[in-house]
Amino acid sequence: MDFVRRIIALMFKEFVVILKDPKSRFVIIGPPLIQFFVFGYAATYDLKNVRYAIFDESRTPESRQLLSRLAGSENFELTKTLLAEKEIDVVINCEKARLVIHIGPDFSRNLHIGRPATLQVIVDGRNSNVALIALGYIGSMVEQYNQELVRKGVVSMNGPGVVLVDRAWFNANLQSRWFIVSALGGLISMVVVMILTSLSVAREREFGTFDQLLVAPFNPAEILIGKSLPGMFFGLMDALLFAAGAVYWFDVPFRGTIGALILALGCFILTIVGVGLLVSSLSMTMQQALLGSFVFMMPSVILSGFATPIENMPHWLQIGTLINPLRHIITALRNIFLEGTGVSMIWPQLWPLLLMAGFTLPLAGWMFRHRSQ
Amino acid sequence: MTPRTLFFMRMRGILRKEVLQILRDPSSIALAIVLPLVLLFIFGYGLSLDAENVPIAVVLDDNSPAAREVSARFDLSPYFKTIHLTSMAEATEWLNQRRVDGIVHLQSDFSSSLFSRNLSPVQVIVNGIDANRARLIQGYARGVLQTWTELRQARGEPVAGPAVKISQRIWFNEAAVSRNFLVPGLITLIMTLIGILLTALVVAREWERGTMEAILVTPIRRVDLLMGKVLPYFILGMMGMGLSVVVGTTLFQVPFRGSFVALFILSALFMLASLGFGLLISAAVRVQFVAAQISIVAGFLPAFFLSGLIFDLDSTPRFIQIVSHMVPARYFVSISHTLFMAGDVWPVLLPNALALAVMAVLFTSLAFRKITKRLEG
Repeated sequence: MDFVRRIIALMFKEFVVILKDPKSRFVIIGPPLIQFFVFGYAATYDLKNVRYAIFDESRTPESRQLLSRLAGSENFELTKTLLAEKEIDVVINCEKARLVIHIGPDFSRNLHIGRPATLQVIVDGRNSNVALIALGYIGSMVEQYNQELVRKGVVSMNGPGVVLVDRAWFNANLQSRWFIVSALGGLISMVVVMILTSLSVAREREFGTFDQLLVAPFNPAEILIGKSLPGMFFGLMDALLFAAGAVYWFDVPFRGTIGALILALGCFILTIVGVGLLVSSLSMTMQQALLGSFVFMMPSVILSGFATPIENMPHWLQIGTLINPLRHIITALRNIFLEGTGVSMIWPQLWPLLLMAGFTLPLAGWMFRHRSQ
Repeated sequence: MTPRTLFFMRMRGILRKEVLQILRDPSSIALAIVLPLVLLFIFGYGLSLDAENVPIAVVLDDNSPAAREVSARFDLSPYFKTIHLTSMAEATEWLNQRRVDGIVHLQSDFSSSLFSRNLSPVQVIVNGIDANRARLIQGYARGVLQTWTELRQARGEPVAGPAVKISQRIWFNEAAVSRNFLVPGLITLIMTLIGILLTALVVAREWERGTMEAILVTPIRRVDLLMGKVLPYFILGMMGMGLSVVVGTTLFQVPFRGSFVALFILSALFMLASLGFGLLISAAVRVQFVAAQISIVAGFLPAFFLSGLIFDLDSTPRFIQIVSHMVPARYFVSISHTLFMAGDVWPVLLPNALALAVMAVLFTSLAFRKITKRLEG
């Protein structure tokens, strides 16, 4: 009973430390929510309003028909009609347009005499991903135009040809927002929990109150539990709030079960609390603790598969990402949201998290007493 | 003593204090030198949008030479690692288990309809969960089919080429290597880290410990204080930048087509804007915990999400674009992309530089006023 009473007392103190300062109280709820919404909108790979310019030397019904397909798409936005070839240079260099569509003077003549007519597309490669995706859109648009030409009898199929029929499973319209937003909550709650817990011991060390805590009748396990619970509480609260936001605000489908979601998030937050407390117990000052948590957070965000696929990394680095807790929760969140994974199938992501928590938490507890000035 | 010598004496005093403080706590040196190297390494290898060796299942329900030739084209493509399966049911199972990212399916009537109706479909199914990757895979598949068509044309076989052909040119980055735009963006992130996070913490710590008041009762003026605070971190940040450029261009072979003078001037402007922002945060909140939170929330995360570093800003809703104009990193990402890949294109660089200059002046003067007000209040 004494054990529980002491933990409650310690936990109460930790909550008071976080909640008594209005600024730090605000920091736990306000900014994470704002981030979630702003980044939910900002983090997208879908192209919209890509600025383009046209240079139509053909000026025939055929060329205009092709260009009107582009003009009707919400992915592209016409900014300029060029009159001379040398303008292409300026427009691309100065970022007035991301791509220029150039139709040569013999475009429609070539079409009618059965020679291939060329559509030149010049893209700004400064963001190569935008360039490739935009070229993909234009490719399929031209493919449709070609099929229409055959249907209308403008050109005839003069030999055998193939046509690509593509379909995407789980996400038919290929909306990248689902992919990003379902995982965003894991990332933001990690930032909140890391900062909360990494400062908790370091603050007391810097102010000298940690020694008082150590001479008080607490054993390291109790200090560990008392220090973890506020982080667990606020982290889980934030993460569940974000999950609700993803479903109700961003219309991300939720195909899995709530039980699996809570279980996965709980294990993840526990792991992060372990890492945060370990960083904190190693630090002498708050500044060191914050820099330490940054040293952990930056690579873990990059190597989590959040923004770029893990499959694109070299093989040795892919293996390295297995010790990144964020990687596992992001996989788990996407599986739960988009593929409908339940409690029974979430295990492959859970045991690495529990293993990491089982390593970092006791180590942090041991460090409390064994690292001192 | 003239006022000028007095000024230099005061500056020397405060600079000495700041430098000693940095040297005594090696974590800030680590931040300026070790972190950029580690991050560059991780970014350079870890962050890539170029898919290669995508595992893909090929199901041939038709065993004609034409069908086998199409499947051979997929085998030969560097983008795909093909796995030949015998039935669609099996392939579906593999796709569901994430063992393959896509399925190429040639139906049993592939070659008969190819030669009787002159048109035959090739079905490509991709896992759409990672939409960006799915789109790239579709693009690669389209390319494979096109090379097959061209191969047949080259052999003189009758084949329907498309009526309209696309000839594409990607300027500044012919091979569309994503690393070429991700590495320059990283420099922005590293400088933000030093400029905002480190500065905010250092000054907030002085308030928290009460040493700021101790400094303020000395004959040091607030201008001296501000300059003394800014200068060491400015140098640390510029060191981090220089290091990143060297490693980025040598180890990762990112091109650098601009001039170093332009890079130096523009990154100095960005560094000043970031430092000013960091100082403003610390002067406004005076508590390390809150200063750290705000510098991450308002400084670091926007530099990642709202700067065009990975996610393109043009495609975001209008209000995000407006918000992004308040993020200094946005301007520097544009500057570094242009300097590295396109060269000194002043029509792009100048407006961005101007925005950074305005922000630098604004943040520094706000920080200055905040410190003054604190004293009177």
